Amino acid sequence: MPNQSHLDRLEADSIHILREVAAEFRNPVMLYSIGKDSSVLLHLLLKAFAPGRPPIPLLHVDTTWKFREMIAFRDRRAAETGCALHVHINPDGVAQGIGPISHGATVHTDVMKTQALKQALDQGGYDAAIGGARRDEERSRAKERVFSFRSAQHRWDPKNQRPELWNLYNARIHKGESVRVFPLSNWTELDIWLYIYRENIEVPSLYFASERLVVERDGALIMVDDERLPLRDGEQPMRKKVRFRTLGCYPLTGAIESDADTLEAIIQEMLVSRTSERQGRVIDHDPAASMERKKQEGYF
Amino acid sequence: MTNPQSPIPNPGHSVAVYLARHESKSLLRFITCGSVDDGKSTLIGRLLHDSKLLLDDQVSALESDSRRYGTQNGEIDYALLVDGLAAEREQGITIDVAYRFFDTARRKFIVADCPGHEQYTRNMATGASTADLAVVLVDARKGLLTQTRRHSYIVSLLGIRHVILAVNKMDLIDYDQVAFERIAADYRELAAKLGIDHVHCLPLSALKGDNVTAPGERMPWYRGQTLLGHLETIDTAGEREERPFRLPVQWVNRPNQNFRGFSGSVASGAIRVGDEVIVLPSGKRTKLAGVLNPQGSADFASEGEAVTLTLADEVDASRGDVIASATHPPEIADQFAAHVLWLQDAPLLPGRSYWLKIGARTVGAQVTEIKHRIDVNSQAELAAKRVALNEVAYCNLMLDQPIAFEPYAGCRALGGFILIDRQSHATVGCGTIDFALRRANNIHWHALEIDRKARAASKGQQPACLWFTGLSGSGKSTIANLLDRRLHGMGYHTYVLDGDNVRHGLNKDLGFTDEDRVENIRRVAEVAKLMVDAGLIVLVSFISPFRNERRMARELFAAGEFLEVFVDTPLALAEQRDPKGLYQRAREGKIPNFTGISSPYEPPEHAEIHLPTAELKPEQSVERVIARLIGEP
Repeated sequence: MPNQSHLDRLEADSIHILREVAAEFRNPVMLYSIGKDSSVLLHLLLKAFAPGRPPIPLLHVDTTWKFREMIAFRDRRAAETGCALHVHINPDGVAQGIGPISHGATVHTDVMKTQALKQALDQGGYDAAIGGARRDEERSRAKERVFSFRSAQHRWDPKNQRPELWNLYNARIHKGESVRVFPLSNWTELDIWLYIYRENIEVPSLYFASERLVVERDGALIMVDDERLPLRDGEQPMRKKVRFRTLGCYPLTGAIESDADTLEAIIQEMLVSRTSERQGRVIDHDPAASMERKKQEGYF
Repeated sequence: MTNPQSPIPNPGHSVAVYLARHESKSLLRFITCGSVDDGKSTLIGRLLHDSKLLLDDQVSALESDSRRYGTQNGEIDYALLVDGLAAEREQGITIDVAYRFFDTARRKFIVADCPGHEQYTRNMATGASTADLAVVLVDARKGLLTQTRRHSYIVSLLGIRHVILAVNKMDLIDYDQVAFERIAADYRELAAKLGIDHVHCLPLSALKGDNVTAPGERMPWYRGQTLLGHLETIDTAGEREERPFRLPVQWVNRPNQNFRGFSGSVASGAIRVGDEVIVLPSGKRTKLAGVLNPQGSADFASEGEAVTLTLADEVDASRGDVIASATHPPEIADQFAAHVLWLQDAPLLPGRSYWLKIGARTVGAQVTEIKHRIDVNSQAELAAKRVALNEVAYCNLMLDQPIAFEPYAGCRALGGFILIDRQSHATVGCGTIDFALRRANNIHWHALEIDRKARAASKGQQPACLWFTGLSGSGKSTIANLLDRRLHGMGYHTYVLDGDNVRHGLNKDLGFTDEDRVENIRRVAEVAKLMVDAGLIVLVSFISPFRNERRMARELFAAGEFLEVFVDTPLALAEQRDPKGLYQRAREGKIPNFTGISSPYEPPEHAEIHLPTAELKPEQSVERVIARLIGEP
């Protein structure tokens, strides 16, 4: 009997979860945030329902501050795969001119991500939202179920999660309630990269080192992606060979200096890295429990 | 998509070599469990730290958390690595299971750190359900505690065959060998009783790091492996016997007229294109025509793979069915003996209807009998009428339709189930099937020559069950009796089943506890159903305070046959009427479990007929019922 490899097992478990979602929910959606985890998720979604098209549409919550390349990549991948893609931007946030520079990371993330996500889920009437979060990312995520119940107000109650036995996922909910589903729960960052390598999955080129125009700000290298980034006194944009370990809003995502311009080089770099991937995310450096609090309020 | 045929595009490259090594490592999923304060979280933190698996920013976060929340006087508190919730760090306890991932040169690990408090047993069971091995921690000063026994019981119930007993905090008893040996002997005795085959015992100190990843120099008398050494080498796969092919159908894949595939994960065994398969429970046979796995087309599918099967003939199969080897098909049954672990505050009551999810199938289920409850401390079998939170019971279970299954010991995916509450939708229990009580294919209903249609026709009426529910003193019986007389006068064949009267005869063995109320309703509903089969219009007048039981009654009947009549009287008004003086006695505490006073009444949410008796005279209520009954034949 042929033995499954580690990545085969992860792949099979994730496909099982995706099929459960399609079968058990009336109106599921997959959050597509364009990064490497979303790329893997999309790849698995296509496999789960091949040769048919996935019965689950994609949803991107656009904060309007993503790297330009991410948006182009998103639209191209949706067209290539034939997946339906909905894009939602919080109109209230746009009307108020909310942005990470004018209002700071916390307000921007809350209005343009968390509130926007809740709007999009309510408007779409989605009863399940699939996300690419992994348990190895952050310690409150390490506690979350694969099928994670949300109240009608999109709140997560970490102290009272549904038991989750074996791979028997309870998808029963009342009207208005929903479930966040995390098919990549048991993948690590290394698994993601090795799978991208094994399957030759396309990811945005921002992950690969290249000469990019950056400024150094509060200890992070911020890319000057468009003219909206005002330079502070003494800041001098410079060209550096950098890449990103995670992708978010460009003014909130720090680059790392790197020469890794191939998948092989990225994986080798990661194998010797002494910091975790979320280190580059400005929003995670809030008080200790910040991710948990954001998640309780409805953040993915 | 990409190039599935050559998963490693560039052999010879160092990442390709690394990938190959990564791919061939085995994975061990284990839990740490035991009582509160036995040091589970500390042990995992120590394991990660000493294996150099923590990254710099994680270490600096840990250091700052240790100063803020730590219990080690500002020294590194490893528990904070896994206690990821704010509430956990504030209280210094573990509430829910945390998953951590690490690997060594020899193996990959997923560890689930389980909470020790009894109230969070459901979270411990969550972690244990996907584990191959359990590390059971014991405080060397305390020995085996109730939670040690409870967790070990659940470990054995869920089929984990390998346990490492880690006698922790050896530093606090001066690394005393005799104390260790005593605890190890106690545990081996427990494990033997529980049927846990493989037990390794080792002394350690998570706090000081003795025997975690490096041998404890302060325990020269211990010659065995370290904890990590055991974890790296224990073989949990063992000599697993070849089992027959089973695949629960998750999803029917039908993108166009030319393709019809059945998607699911292979629960056991293997199958080849051309092999004969059977679809259950329908029993239709055909051959396997093709396999689509994540890499593309294949001629073979085996355990653990997520595949899509195509069949040679157009046989009907849908979600929840099982495709199995035709030469070794599984049994089909609708009644089982099973162990149930109860996971919610409100107790499991026999006769109450739950949803049961097994494989890809969800069916209605009830516990028909609690054979006994199991005392986790002594494994004694105790008589029980209900199963409370965190208790385990051995039960008879009845489903509303037959399913293909396997005993849990043979196949987890077709023998493990969860129970879901039909109102709250919470996961309220989990269980494991031991064996079928009777095979469904042996059930033969007596073919009745005169069927229910004929009986109804001879009476010239549409049979129905009118179910009157409402508080004591709401006027149910008054209205039902008036209605009975009116219908009789109009030439209809009727019968009244009244709560008080039935309790004098059929149900005189029942009291007023929740369990007995459920059974009371069940019997009356079954009697009403027989009468409806006989062609009668049955008027049931019962307080029937619980929605669940009314729904159970409703589900016995065909659509449109059951009409719920809510006799809606405010409590204050019913109490003011108090025709039998019951409320007064209940208020004086002389009647326990009295609906409305000391036991809840759950009003119907979607009653077919609503009678607000504060506004309607009984005669008006009767007219309203007749209008509905006759108006809609």
